[in-house]
Amino acid sequence: MSYVPGQPVTAVVQRIEIHKLRQGDNLILGFSIGGGIDQDPTQNPFSEDKTDKGIYVTRVTEGGPAEVAGLQIGDKIMQVNGWDMTMVTHDQARKRLTKRNEEVVRLLVTRQSLQKAVQQSMLS
Amino acid sequence: MSAAMDTESTYSGYSHYSGHSKKAHRQGSRDRHKSPRSKDGSRSEKSVTIQAPPAEPLLGNDASRTEEGQDDNWGETTTAITGTSEHSISQEDIARISKDLEDSVGLDCKRYLGLTVAAVLGLLVFLTPIAFILLPQVLWRDDLEPCGTVCEGLFISVAFKLLILLIGTWALFFRQPKADLPRVFVFRALLLVLIFLFVFSYWLFYGVRILDSKDTNYQGIVQYAVSLVDALLFIHYLAIVLLELRQLQPMFTVKVVRSTDGESRYYSLGHLSIQRAALVVLENYYRDFPVYNPALLTASKSRAAKHMAGLKVYNVDGPGNNASGQSRAMIAAAARRRDSSHNELYYEEADHERRVKKRRARLVVAVEEAFTHIKRLQAEEQQKAPGEMMDPREAAQAIFPSMARALQKYLRTTRQQQYHSMESILQHLSFCITNNMTPKAFLERYLSPGPTLQYDRDRWFSKQWTLVSEEAVTSGLQDGIIFVLKCLDFSLVANVKKIPFIKLSEEFIDPKSHKFVLRLQSETSV
Repeated sequence: MSYVPGQPVTAVVQRIEIHKLRQGDNLILGFSIGGGIDQDPTQNPFSEDKTDKGIYVTRVTEGGPAEVAGLQIGDKIMQVNGWDMTMVTHDQARKRLTKRNEEVVRLLVTRQSLQKAVQQSMLS
Repeated sequence: MSAAMDTESTYSGYSHYSGHSKKAHRQGSRDRHKSPRSKDGSRSEKSVTIQAPPAEPLLGNDASRTEEGQDDNWGETTTAITGTSEHSISQEDIARISKDLEDSVGLDCKRYLGLTVAAVLGLLVFLTPIAFILLPQVLWRDDLEPCGTVCEGLFISVAFKLLILLIGTWALFFRQPKADLPRVFVFRALLLVLIFLFVFSYWLFYGVRILDSKDTNYQGIVQYAVSLVDALLFIHYLAIVLLELRQLQPMFTVKVVRSTDGESRYYSLGHLSIQRAALVVLENYYRDFPVYNPALLTASKSRAAKHMAGLKVYNVDGPGNNASGQSRAMIAAAARRRDSSHNELYYEEADHERRVKKRRARLVVAVEEAFTHIKRLQAEEQQKAPGEMMDPREAAQAIFPSMARALQKYLRTTRQQQYHSMESILQHLSFCITNNMTPKAFLERYLSPGPTLQYDRDRWFSKQWTLVSEEAVTSGLQDGIIFVLKCLDFSLVANVKKIPFIKLSEEFIDPKSHKFVLRLQSETSV
């Protein structure tokens, strides 16, 4: 998941489809994000490479729509509904996730265990 | 067994002997003595007496006994022959006295010779312009062309320039010489030669072209004298630059280490000759280095003696004196031996420190208490004094007994007792009382050993110095030069290093360019 400028980023991703839950006037997804190109990447506890400025899932509320859909803490979000999330500011990421007229968000997330699982299956 | 003891006692006893006799003579009063244990018949011509010394040092009688108590092993392995008593004098002392005498006479002659040459030359040089101006007037006054205001103006300028030259020479050169250097001072000699040649050539020209031909152009003659004075002023400027200014800019750092206890200091010097650098080092030595105290060195000597003692080489393979092989075998055996001298050193030092601290605490309390007994009388109170009034000396004598014992014990523990006599302590006490000093200020002189200048000249151990150097002592300092200043008891090793060439570059920072951002790590819930 390290980023080399000019090279395409490759990762093993999982598709996660989250249906937003209506709570009063808001649509919530049930998780928290951290990171972004305007944030300090060295303080990210979940990233493998401390220069990675991507968007990471820092908390998943219990029983919320995200947990139901299979999102785990520490996941890096690569795309939201086709929009790239690897080179966005923190606020842009929040906006793309919380659009009022979208009820479903389709995320592409990656995590280290996915990469390892693929490698193991390739070896065996 | 006795053979072993005998050989060891000869070896170690000799080294103790040479050290002790010199110290004994120099101190003038013997305050360190050990009871005689001479086994060797050849030493008997030196008299060994146990004699209570005159009570000059404060603790003469007690010092030796404590020495014996602290040094356990000397009885077995060392035969310390104390060199001389008050009334006998040994061979070495005679040699030393005669050396002192001849040295002092020789150097004085050399110094005064140099001074007289310079003084005569200076006088000659000073009178030369006056002579140049006066001689035509005296010899052929009638033939001279009259020369009115121009000459008078020149006379005034000559007079003032000579006055300036006189004042400048007095300020620069008429100073008490502070040292005797082994070789001539090169720059000074060079300048004297230069001045001599210069004046000589002027006289030559004057004699040939003016005196012989009886030149009548008086203005020209006066201008010639003025040019001489101008050139003398420039030579004076040259002298200032060569003798005073050139060495002001620091170019070298000298590290000076004392050989007996490793005290070291650093000094910055400019371009000097080795002998002048040695002079600077010595002047600073008296101010910066703590005084040389031979009493502090006995502990390491006894440790060293114990280390090699108890080993003797027996040659079982037959005759043949392989000395180097024997000594190497001894060194190897001594190194392999599991001795616990490091342990002893550690505990001894810890113990000594504790003792010193305890005695110091008692001393400070005693002195503070003693000082509270004295009160200074103000001027108005002096008229209606309740009790008897004392001057500082009497006041010091009054409070001294209460602190004497604590001070005595402290000085004995730190082995400084030879440096302070009762008279000097009383004097210092009355000095402190006069100047309103606190007890701590009074004690400052005793709590730690001060620089050599603080003590009486008799206790200095270092008055006659010898400069030992591989390069010529008039050559200039270079990087890596080492010279040694030896006196009888110890030496100062000086190591010269060049101050590195510093490349300094500049960086301009616009004050407006100091900008900062926050390092964020926000977490948003969606």
